[in-house]
Amino acid sequence: MSSDAARAGPSLRGARLRFSATFWRRPWVKALALLTLPVGAFVVVYIGSLAILFVSAFWTVDSFTGKLQHIWNIDNFRQIFSTSDPTYLRIAGRTIGIAAAVTVTDAILAFPLAYYMARLASRRSRAVLFIAVLLPLWSSYLVRIYAWRLILSSDGVLNWALNGVGLPNANIAYTNWAMWIVFSYVWLPFMVLPVYAALERIPESYLEASGDLGAGGWRTFRNVILPLALPGVVAGSIFTFSLTLGDYVTPLLVGGAGSSFIGNVVYDFVGINANVPFAAAFATVPVMVMGVYLVVARRLGAFEAL
Amino acid sequence: MSRAKKRYLAWAALGLLTGALAVAAAGFGGSGKSSNGTSATGPSSIGKGEGALNLIEWAAYSDPSFAKKFVSQTGCKIHRKDANTSSEMVALMRTGGGGGGGQWDLVSASGDASLRLIYGHDVKPVNVKLIPSWKEFIPIFKSPAHNTVSGVHYGVSVQWGPNTLLYNTKKVKPAPTSWGAIYSTKYKGKVTVPDNTIQIADAALYLMKTKPSLGIRDPYELTKSQLDAAVKLLKRQKGLIKKYWGSAADEINLFKSGDVVIGASWPYQTLQLQAAHAPVKELIPREGATGWADTWMLASKAPHPNCAYMWMKYVTTPPVEAKQALVFGETPVNPKACPYMNRIQKGSCTKYHLNEPLGYYKTIHFWKTPVADCGNGKKNCMDYNAWQRAWTQVTS
Amino acid sequence: METRATRVGLRVWTLLVVLFLWAPLILVAVYAFNKSNIQSWPISGWTTHWFSVAWHDPDVRSALWLSVKVGLLATAVALVLGSMAAFAIHRFRFFGRESVSFLLLLPIALPGIITGMALNSFYVFAQVKFSIWTIVIGHATFCVVVVYNNVLARLRRSSPSLIEASMDLGADGWQTFRFVVWPVLSTALIAGGLLAFALSFDEIIVTTFTAGAQTTLPIFILDNLRMGQQFPIVNVVAFVVILLTVIPVTIAQRLTADTGLLRRDTRRTVVAETPGSGAV
Repeated sequence: MSSDAARAGPSLRGARLRFSATFWRRPWVKALALLTLPVGAFVVVYIGSLAILFVSAFWTVDSFTGKLQHIWNIDNFRQIFSTSDPTYLRIAGRTIGIAAAVTVTDAILAFPLAYYMARLASRRSRAVLFIAVLLPLWSSYLVRIYAWRLILSSDGVLNWALNGVGLPNANIAYTNWAMWIVFSYVWLPFMVLPVYAALERIPESYLEASGDLGAGGWRTFRNVILPLALPGVVAGSIFTFSLTLGDYVTPLLVGGAGSSFIGNVVYDFVGINANVPFAAAFATVPVMVMGVYLVVARRLGAFEAL
Repeated sequence: MSRAKKRYLAWAALGLLTGALAVAAAGFGGSGKSSNGTSATGPSSIGKGEGALNLIEWAAYSDPSFAKKFVSQTGCKIHRKDANTSSEMVALMRTGGGGGGGQWDLVSASGDASLRLIYGHDVKPVNVKLIPSWKEFIPIFKSPAHNTVSGVHYGVSVQWGPNTLLYNTKKVKPAPTSWGAIYSTKYKGKVTVPDNTIQIADAALYLMKTKPSLGIRDPYELTKSQLDAAVKLLKRQKGLIKKYWGSAADEINLFKSGDVVIGASWPYQTLQLQAAHAPVKELIPREGATGWADTWMLASKAPHPNCAYMWMKYVTTPPVEAKQALVFGETPVNPKACPYMNRIQKGSCTKYHLNEPLGYYKTIHFWKTPVADCGNGKKNCMDYNAWQRAWTQVTS
Repeated sequence: METRATRVGLRVWTLLVVLFLWAPLILVAVYAFNKSNIQSWPISGWTTHWFSVAWHDPDVRSALWLSVKVGLLATAVALVLGSMAAFAIHRFRFFGRESVSFLLLLPIALPGIITGMALNSFYVFAQVKFSIWTIVIGHATFCVVVVYNNVLARLRRSSPSLIEASMDLGADGWQTFRFVVWPVLSTALIAGGLLAFALSFDEIIVTTFTAGAQTTLPIFILDNLRMGQQFPIVNVVAFVVILLTVIPVTIAQRLTADTGLLRRDTRRTVVAETPGSGAV
């Protein structure tokens, strides 16, 4: 049957049909055409720059002139993993520790909320809750950290409230506690969404069957709901863990004397000391940690739950 | 070909491509240094302004109170980036391939940054004949070793000042007289010092006077054992520190909110706090102090060199020197600024030690970059890389 | 299923967590109207004076304009690259398919500081001058995956037989795209684009490494926070940034709320097809 476009001219239409047919018959041409640009751009720019960065980890920098010296050595790595001066191991340990604490905290905070949203809330309240969780996520990250600085400072809201009920000042500004609170706050929505998605997918029939088979509420939760929700939790934990691992802004703004993260050292060595090789060497630590984490997460099925 | 084999082939190809890129990087890569210097003396005259000026500066070094007139006179709109440490200034100058990356025109480098910039070819020679006020400078700031190399000027001195001891007069009694106050446990948890690698020199200065057996003669030339001693002192100090201040305003907030009652500081913070009616005072303790002597240096790849020269010319004239000095709490290098200073604030010329004899300047240990060459024939002093690692060890 | 007590408990918990999420944002909004320079609580005076000060501040204006420009450019790049990749992945099975997904996910999976550092070194190595374009490239790396995910999710939920049916009925590739594929995808693309814009508008970590003398709005905020200057203006800017990221995201959320084949707009498309084009 002729269509509107047919009026454009039989030869033009014929050409277009032949063109489309080529793609239809050889789908790999289409795939190649579609993929070349994005993948090509990514490989050259992104992967290329990562490669260059990690190659430079094996070089050094002349401290006086700042010139990169292409002398292959592993001095940077020796410094980082040295046991006689465990500064950098200590920093890495602190970063990983707080990242883990934040992940656990967020999992605990998010799970009941996600459960309520997925299984108990009415359709309208679910939509409202969805927005209520999503909007803070997209509000400026910096602004949210700044807000906590306002709350936690000596003359801020927290101390005002504590003093109001007769408690003394909580001196948690510029401490690791402040960082833990701020990180948990900032990444919480990242945990809620995958857990919600996982819980939502659990068919009601599973829970009914479990009840029919004689399991009480807690048993059902432990043996049916939790294992099915686990991939969602792990998926969410990828974000909370990775984002905390690589962050440097929060320690800068709300951290104190002993709060340096891996990100701060990297930032210092790139932006302040202009010693990119050392920064690159240290940056391999979070990459390796995340690599391991992602492999484990994949095993636990997190990638399907993302 | 089986699926698995195809997959291996794809990964192998990707790996080869990445490896090739890496090898190419090894061959070409690096910090693509800037041009190897232009003429040895710079341009012969200042041309037309380019309409913009990008500055890397210490806070308030282009304060609108004296910069506004410059902008309206020359049309060079100022875009400023405030840096907190010399290292940050050097790093900014080295981005984008060095020489300011074609982004920055001028940097107000202190003595611990200036030589690094010169030897890294990040700054180019300046023709001081184009800056009339230069002739009037105090002699030691005309061609100091930190900005003049082999008779070639790489910038023009602008101001200098000491690192002071700042304290809260209500909470710190009696008034301190020694740097020991920030190393003793008396004010534990209420001390602050700058988060700056060069702070090691302050610790070295204290040890120079209190532990002469270590043999420190210059707080910037430290052997390994001397550096270790300084680090030990700083690590002990860490337990007393509430927060290492990153910027001037950080420290101002710490004092204002009462989180901190004593610390190492710049006169700028003292002036700001006193203007806000905070009960603070500063002093130079009996051991002496470190300090900084700043130079406006011209980036090798400066996109607006004419505006840059106009700025250097403007900011070294007596009235502007006086204004800047009183905004920051530092001292001009142009002695003709003295009457202007007294006009704005009576007695300030003497207060800021503008017209002191030569001997006074020798009591301030101006910032300079630590290098391996100890200056006394030995070459076993710790260089800046070692200082950086030591400082990270202390603060993290 | 759940006991009454559990249900009540969950409701309370939900309320508390939502409050926890929103309280700091509301606080920042409140502080934007703070009269004094000092950021202590409780607030002593109220004013909207700082809004006009911020608006007339040339630094704020240029930072805002730069952020908008970068956001639009990065979104455009992300839309093109992301949808191309999503099409290819959805339609064709080939070895390395999972790797492409993984590749696009990397900029978000890896810590931002590594992306920033890597791009920084790359620009120095390639002797590229830092400019708005270096920032845009940096943002595009993680904006692509947002668009990609949205488009892919939408493609997965729509029936593949639509395209085959269209071809069977005689439409060529372009017509199929215009009359079948585009209406299905349009809201996903818009949603993805809005999310990408919000992501780019707020980005700080990668931007600090890829910007030269350029100041985006987050860099303006961070610099002033670190320098401790101009707190009242920062409060106002923070408040405005919240609004400017919240609005696109709400719209994006609305657009992708209902999914699947029997959505309003696909039905609209099918209805529109019948009278004029005679496709049947």
